[in-house]
Amino acid sequence: MITDKLTVTHQFLEELAQHAGKAHFMPSDEIGQALQCLETQGIPNSKNESYKYCNIEAILRKNFKTISGKEQVVSFSEIKKQYAVQEAYNLFIVNGHICTDELEVSSAIKASPIQEISKEISAAHLAQYAKSNTDPMIALNAAYADRGFFLRISQTLDKPLIIHHINSLEGNLFFNTRNLFVIEKNTEAQITEFYYSSNENSFRNTVTEIFVDTQAHIQHVIAQNTGAHNYLFANTQVHQEKQSTYTNHTYTFSGALVRNNLKLDLNGEYTESHLYGLFITQQQQLVDNHTEVNHLKPNGQSNELYKGVVAEKSTAVFNGRIFVERHAQKTNAYQSSKNILLSNDAVVNAKPELEIYANDVKCSHGTSTGKVDENALFYLKARGIGEENARKLLLHAFAYEILEKLPTPFTKEKISTWVDEVLR
Amino acid sequence: MLSIKNLRAEINGKEILKGINLNVKAGEVHAIMGPNGSGKSTLSAVLAGREEYNVTAGDVLFNEKNLLELAPEDRAREGIFLAFQYPIEIPGVSNINFLRTALNEIRHYHGLPDIEAKDFLALVKEKQKLVELDSKLANRSVNEGFSGGEKKRNEIFQMAMLEPKLSILDETDSGLDIDALRIVASGVNKLKTKNNATIVITHYQRLLDYIVPDFVHILYNGQIVKSGGKELALEMEEKGYDEIKKQAV
Ligand SMILES: Nc1ncnc2c1ncn2[C@@H]1O[C@H](COP(=O)(O)OP(=O)(O)O)[C@@H](O)[C@H]1O
Ligand SMILES: [Mg+2]
Repeated sequence: MITDKLTVTHQFLEELAQHAGKAHFMPSDEIGQALQCLETQGIPNSKNESYKYCNIEAILRKNFKTISGKEQVVSFSEIKKQYAVQEAYNLFIVNGHICTDELEVSSAIKASPIQEISKEISAAHLAQYAKSNTDPMIALNAAYADRGFFLRISQTLDKPLIIHHINSLEGNLFFNTRNLFVIEKNTEAQITEFYYSSNENSFRNTVTEIFVDTQAHIQHVIAQNTGAHNYLFANTQVHQEKQSTYTNHTYTFSGALVRNNLKLDLNGEYTESHLYGLFITQQQQLVDNHTEVNHLKPNGQSNELYKGVVAEKSTAVFNGRIFVERHAQKTNAYQSSKNILLSNDAVVNAKPELEIYANDVKCSHGTSTGKVDENALFYLKARGIGEENARKLLLHAFAYEILEKLPTPFTKEKISTWVDEVLR
Repeated sequence: MLSIKNLRAEINGKEILKGINLNVKAGEVHAIMGPNGSGKSTLSAVLAGREEYNVTAGDVLFNEKNLLELAPEDRAREGIFLAFQYPIEIPGVSNINFLRTALNEIRHYHGLPDIEAKDFLALVKEKQKLVELDSKLANRSVNEGFSGGEKKRNEIFQMAMLEPKLSILDETDSGLDIDALRIVASGVNKLKTKNNATIVITHYQRLLDYIVPDFVHILYNGQIVKSGGKELALEMEEKGYDEIKKQAV
């Protein structure tokens, strides 16, 4: 069996190597190590515990046996016209490539293609937070990423930053995107990443490493609405220094498959982290959220709330891991996941995983999966509201608990319209 | 307006309503009294269309329509309003959005278009005043974090907004202090016309000092065991329900 699997891996890697160069911007040993990890582990399939519901190998074998896609040329001015948000700084990423007429977005924001980062930055940050040996998809990315961007925030932003991810592809393409965010000391920023939909059959394997320095406070929104034919693998690996705050908001609306791996290392004292998630799935979609919060130093706080509305024949996974290191005393870690199933064919797998080695810790977790509240439904009907609108109101209300956490007005509005569209 | 004949209903195989007969005409106020557990809330829930209850016998006509055949939302659209004994909290649904949706669905049912935004706001303002509901509450989520009294007042506010033909107030007085009681009662009285009717369900006579009924019915063990004028309520207050209970045995 093992040889079988590796054959698939080898075939796929050969195919991929023809389309993507190796990731030469990575630290020198990394590519070799990544290939080694791939060699031993192969592309993950349902036999891997953490890919139990998310058989990447099968998807690649079925839909990306050959990679025949091309990137289409797009006009920057068209993109700007379509997506730019007035009250924000805008960054446009087309097929994973940064696309802009000036790389200095503001004096506080610096953005560049990942290939152009300095040796020092590469050595200091790349592959430090996303480790190839923890996940074959990270290894795959480390070896073959041929695009991505570097973002440095050096001062508090006076406006939110919006990063627009646009796909413009033809055929079926698999590509690896490597991004690095460095958020410097004592800065505050709101960053929103929108993944827009497109009709092409593509698989994006994205790794974003985020370094949050001392006393930096970051709100990071990731909103994925990539369309029914797209496969998105989003690895977000965050490293927090002391007294920093990192708040992640992950929204998933469409996509054939969306896998979110969100890992936070609370690597300084008095760090604070919030993880909010909302996914609304339908048809035969699969949305797989794996979160991991690692409390590595004392006095850290984390708070996680994920909600899902799972309809039709879709499947959703929430796997939330909390790890508290032996020295990480006085840690507070909370986690909750709530799901509503809208059909008998919809499936939710919700699983908290707690591993706690410190003794002076406050930690709680809870998960619930159910249907729309019948009492509330009857109350609405008793006021003349029909079944359909009553359900819609209640689902909006369910989603609202997450939506209200959004910091940026434009982002909140945009995501609310996406919620409206998908709950329609 | 409402005619209930030999209504029997059960839940989980247990019969709760055991042959109810009741007639309510436009312009009338009826009070239904009775000890806890006698089936008052069950009767109101069955009339409003709660699916958990299984109607095993009887007929209910509401303005010549067979009420029991209608979905709960259609009963509301026909003009039935139930003020819940325990109003439900719905976090995330704003009171205003909820009411606008309800009002518009009722209007569509009667072939009317959506209410104009400014007319709606004017209506909200007017009706808020009627029940002395804090305007902040109208903008909050439905009943979320409301005190017991605020929830009850919100029920009457909704009733005022939707202008039903038949209102059923299920223990709207319970948990209210005397001031709140007076406000709620005066709201109900102001909404009274010769074309609508009210059924006031209560455990105590107190509310009936403010909302004066034309008829009083005593419900016990799933049946109306006694009916009379408003003096029956006072009689019950003095003697308590013990005599009724003894007679029923
Ligand atoms: N879901 C239920 N299952 C079984 N019995 C119920 C249920 N709900 C109410 N009952 C019973 O029905 C009877 C009448 O209840 P209710 O109508 O609430 O009375 P009231 O409003 O007069 O106090 C009580 O004996 C109560 O225990
Ligand atoms: Mg009751």
